[in-house]
Amino acid sequence: MDLDALTGCLTSSACLVTQTTSGLIIGMLLFLVAVGLTLIFGVLKIVNFSHGAFYMFGAYFAMTTYHLTESFALAMLAGAAGTAILGLIFERVFMSRVYGADVLMQLLVCYAFVLIFDDVVRLIWGPEFKSMGMPAAFQVMPLFIAGGVVPPYYLLLIGVALVAAIVLGIGLSRSRIGKVIRAAAHNPGMVSALGINTGLIYGGVFALGGMLAGLAGALAAPVRSLTPGMGFSVLIESFIVTVIGGMGSIVGALVGALLIGLIRSFGSLGFPLFTEGLMYLFMVIVLVSKPTGLFGKEAA
Amino acid sequence: MTELEAGRAQALLPVRSGAALQRYRDVLIALIAFAVLASLPMFTGSEALLDFVIRCSAYGLFATSLNLLVGYTGLTSFGHGMFFGLGAYSFGLIMQKLGVPIPVAFVATLAITAVIAAVIGAICVRLKDIYFAFVTLAFQMLIHSTILSWASFTGGDQGLRGGIPRPVFLGIDLANHVHLYVASCALLILGLLAMRQIAQSPFGYTLRMIRDNAARASFLGIDVWRAKLTVFVLAALFASMGGMVMALFVSGAYPEFAYWTISGEGIFINMLGGVSTFLGPMVGTVLLLLLNDTVTRFTEYHGIVLGVVILFFALGLRKGLLDFVAEWYTHRRDAGEGR
Repeated sequence: MDLDALTGCLTSSACLVTQTTSGLIIGMLLFLVAVGLTLIFGVLKIVNFSHGAFYMFGAYFAMTTYHLTESFALAMLAGAAGTAILGLIFERVFMSRVYGADVLMQLLVCYAFVLIFDDVVRLIWGPEFKSMGMPAAFQVMPLFIAGGVVPPYYLLLIGVALVAAIVLGIGLSRSRIGKVIRAAAHNPGMVSALGINTGLIYGGVFALGGMLAGLAGALAAPVRSLTPGMGFSVLIESFIVTVIGGMGSIVGALVGALLIGLIRSFGSLGFPLFTEGLMYLFMVIVLVSKPTGLFGKEAA
Repeated sequence: MTELEAGRAQALLPVRSGAALQRYRDVLIALIAFAVLASLPMFTGSEALLDFVIRCSAYGLFATSLNLLVGYTGLTSFGHGMFFGLGAYSFGLIMQKLGVPIPVAFVATLAITAVIAAVIGAICVRLKDIYFAFVTLAFQMLIHSTILSWASFTGGDQGLRGGIPRPVFLGIDLANHVHLYVASCALLILGLLAMRQIAQSPFGYTLRMIRDNAARASFLGIDVWRAKLTVFVLAALFASMGGMVMALFVSGAYPEFAYWTISGEGIFINMLGGVSTFLGPMVGTVLLLLLNDTVTRFTEYHGIVLGVVILFFALGLRKGLLDFVAEWYTHRRDAGEGR
């Protein structure tokens, strides 16, 4: 425990800004993964245990595209589009077979794919750590805000995630497709009877979730190292986020992700070894006081 | 819900009047199984085979105890591995720091597990379904983080090293490989027998009723919370026993024992073997360890092979192996009687 470091940081604006931005980027990346998870749970009632694999594939797709084309924009696009296609295939071919089956059975299928995907990445890209490298456009002087150091890439990352959150939120609540998706989450039988292809919606939601996780992976690729199994810790953390925020709630995912991001960045100062423990402690407290999470609804 | 429906059909049968008879049968089977296992070293000098059986004992106790929660009570715990890790660590620590005889450390570990399980269980069993799963997972990771960060006491990420002392007790020397083997088999058989008694007792049938319809059980005057808590603590004790066998086997304890993947493997073993038969988890244990051992020998990409096998079980059989065999057998028998 190192409470002096924590209180020292809280009283210095430079440290405060640095830690807050690092908390924000952790939180924003987590949000992109967690929102897909919560969306898939909300509509398909499936806990997608293999969601971390999409994050991993997004990062690897982006890295390969970047090394081939030297274009950052194309790399992001490849990360997002590649995982969207992967998500669609995964849902249509495998997950659609276990709807209505035992929850454990669904988890088992996902677990199988966690194992398979990790090995596929190891086969294609090798087991060693890889890095994409910071794109030239962002290799500029960091900004100084109130004495704290903020790399410009962090701002882009936070911006993209915020845009995704807003588009998703408005899209789901206002657009026609959003309404159909929410209706399908509520009563799939009725939606199907109205002549709407629910299979297509399920596949689409899975693809959307996969795409967001892939985008998170692609955005993280320049600032994190890539390794098979990288999706796993992200998966666990985004589970915590969805549980804290409430399964199925997009606002909850955003709030939960930011809370976890800040706990991580400030907790690593005060409790360097117990940072993870803090997250789990927070999760226990939330679950015990409000089992459905901060923004979850009773028996949705 | 195909697994559980099969179990439900079984649960609706009246408790046999020959309960005592069945108990004698169980004890007899246990004695025969122990005799067979214990005489194994006389026929084979293969250390690898004995090691395999010891590992099966550790994981088998753990997986079967998890089935008390998952299969019998309908409590899907994602954090059951915490008690496996807790057993390994507290047994190792007591032996290293206090130097007491092994049975004393054994009983002390069970007592510590019972207290911690009662506290955690009291918080967890109030929650239902997926929330129960998540809160148990959170506690598991909390214990894992504590082990990692309390390095001065637990050895942190290096694990509990320096070996576990094994003073000879009543002529039993657990440093001797064959002695350790026989002791593990004895613990496994005793543990399985005890869990079988719990499962077949009136309390075991209360658990099945809670799984099938908790509201009805509550109306019939059963204190559901208390019954769930009791089985949570009981299952933790057997998981802790598995952890102790594991600690003796590797002569140490590692943070991985308390990591959530152990719980994941426990669930996986149950699904592989089947949750509606008592010995399903045991079959699953042997299957998974066999799979792990053979596949890792042939390819470094064992994840792919293991994944495909799991898919075969999940999408092909759609139930555990022993459940599948049991259903196939009843189906055949019923068809034969109908003729």
